[in-house]
Amino acid sequence: MASVNFGFGISKPRVIDIDRNNLRKSDEILLEMPELQTCIGCGSCTASCTAGNLTSFNFRKVHALVRRGEYAGAYEEMNKCMLCGKCRLLCPRGINTRGVVMLIKRKLGDF
Amino acid sequence: MRARKVVIIGGGVAGMQTALRLRALGEEPIIIEREAQLGGKVRNWYLLFPTFIPSADVVEPLMRAVKEQGIEVHLGCEVVQFDNHRVELADGERIDCDAVALCSGSTIFDARLKEEYGYGIYDNVYTSVDIERMMAEGRMPERSPRRVAILHCVGSRDEKVCQRHCSKVCCITGVKQAIELKKLYPKADVFNFYMDIRMFGPGYEELYHTAQRNYNVHFVRGRISEASPLMDGCIQIKAEDTLTGRPLRMSVDMLILLVGMRANDDNVRFAESAGLRLADSGFMRAADLFAGNVRSSREGIFYAGTITAPKSIGEVLNEGVVVADSIVDYLNKQEG
Ligand SMILES: Cc1cc2nc3c(=O)[nH]c(=O)nc-3n(C[C@H](O)[C@H](O)[C@H](O)COP(=O)(O)OP(=O)(O)OC[C@H]3O[C@@H](n4cnc5c(N)ncnc54)[C@H](O)[C@@H]3O)c2cc1C
Ligand code: SF4
Ligand code: SF4
Ligand code: SF4
Repeated sequence: MASVNFGFGISKPRVIDIDRNNLRKSDEILLEMPELQTCIGCGSCTASCTAGNLTSFNFRKVHALVRRGEYAGAYEEMNKCMLCGKCRLLCPRGINTRGVVMLIKRKLGDF
Repeated sequence: MRARKVVIIGGGVAGMQTALRLRALGEEPIIIEREAQLGGKVRNWYLLFPTFIPSADVVEPLMRAVKEQGIEVHLGCEVVQFDNHRVELADGERIDCDAVALCSGSTIFDARLKEEYGYGIYDNVYTSVDIERMMAEGRMPERSPRRVAILHCVGSRDEKVCQRHCSKVCCITGVKQAIELKKLYPKADVFNFYMDIRMFGPGYEELYHTAQRNYNVHFVRGRISEASPLMDGCIQIKAEDTLTGRPLRMSVDMLILLVGMRANDDNVRFAESAGLRLADSGFMRAADLFAGNVRSSREGIFYAGTITAPKSIGEVLNEGVVVADSIVDYLNKQEG
C-alpha cells in the first residue's frame, strides 16, 4: 500500500551540539585571529551594517555560530558582506571585523 | 586620654585591618574569632584575582602585624549577641566595651540547593570554593579534562533561592579560574556560561579580555538549565546560546559552580539583639550608602567588610581603615 502523506515531517534539531560539532575549523580560525574570541556580542557591527539592514545578514551571529562549530551556510552568509568596513570603525573590542569576513570565507570556502 | 575598648566581631581581613588601624590610632581593639585561626575566608583561596598573588601574601602580613602589635585576640569564641556596650560569647562570657565593629563577613551559598546542577550528587560537579582548595592542595585531577564548564551566578541573582543580589566577585573568580585551568590543562576547552559579565574592578575587564584573547576561553551568554550524568561518567549540560538564539548542549568532564556570597544567618539575631536594620538581601544595612557606609543605624555599632555586601579584599581593607576613623571620631564625640 502506498504510504499516505499526512503532512507530518521530522524537524531538524536546532540544538548546537558541541559533542557532535567539529571545532577544528573554528580553532584554526581563532588561532589565526585570536581577537575574534574577544567579541562581547554588543551588536554594534550588525547595527551599523548596511547589508544587515537590508537583508537577513547578521554578522555578529554568523561568526558566533562559526565559533560554536556551526559552519553550514556561514560562507554564503558572509558573501552578503560588501566589505565596506563600517563595522570595524565601531567594534569596541577593536576586532578587525572585515578581516573576520575574509578569514571565514577563506577557511569555509571549501566547506 | 585612656585607650577605649572596641570589640571586633570576626577576625577575617576586615576585622584584622580594623584592629590594626584602631591600634595605630591609640585605641584598644579586641578581636573575637569563631574559628581556631584568624584570616577568614581568604585563607582558603589559592591565588587572588586580579594579579594571581598567593592569598598568604595578604593574610600573613596582617596576622603578623596583629601579633606584633599585641592585639588581644580570642580564638574559637563565637559572639551570640551584642549591643553597643557589651558583647556576649557562646560560653556565656561578657565583654564590656566602648564600641563594636561587626566584621563577621558573609556565608558561601550552599550549591546543593540548586539540585538541578547535581552538586553533591555527581562527583565531577565542583564549586569555585572546592577548586580553590584543590588548587592550593595540588589535588586537581592529573588527567586533563577534555572540556570544562564554569557556571556563573549560582545562588546569586536568583529568585528561586531567594538571593536577588549580585555577589560581585564571582564573575572575576570565574575568569581567574578559567585561566588557571587553561594553564594547567592547555588542551582542555573551557566554557563560561554567564547571564551578565560584571568586571567591576581595576584590571578585571583586562583579565576577561586576556582569558578570551590569550587563553581561548569560550564565553556563552546563557544560564545552564540542568546537568545530567552520562553513561561514560561525563555530565551533560543544556543552555541557550542566547547570542545565536539556539539551544546548546555539551558533555563536560568537570562542571564548576561559581557560588555566591549570601548574608550570614546570624544577621537576623544580631539585628534583633542590637536593634540594627537589614537590607533586603539580608546583609546588614549601613546608615547610608555614601558617607555613612561603615556606620549602622545604632550609635556605637559599626560595619566593615562583607557584612554589608559582597566585596573584594581591596575594598574590604579600605573599609577597615575608614571604620577605625569613624569609630575614633564617634568615641571622641562621646567624651565631648
Ligand atoms: C570563591 C571566592 C574567591 C574569592 N577570591 C578573591 C580574590 O581572589 N580576591 C579578592 O579580592 N577577593 C576574593 N574573594 C572575596 C573575599 O573572600 C572577601 O572579600 C573576604 O573574605 C571578606 O573578608 P571579611 O573579613 O569581610 O569576611 P570573612 O572572610 O567572611 O571573615 C569573617 C570572619 O568572621 C568570623 N565570624 C563570623 N561570625 C562570627 C561570630 N558570630 N563570632 C565570631 N566570629 C565570627 C568568621 O569565622 C570569619 O573568620 C573571593 C570570594 C569567594 C567566595
Ligand atoms: S564590512 Fe560587511 S559586515 Fe561590516 S558593515 Fe560592511 S557589509 Fe556589514
Ligand atoms: S562590534 Fe565587535 S564586539 Fe560587538 S558584536 Fe560585533 S564583533 Fe562582537
Ligand atoms: S559577579 Fe557575576 S557571577 Fe557573581 S552574581 Fe554577579 S553577575 Fe553573577
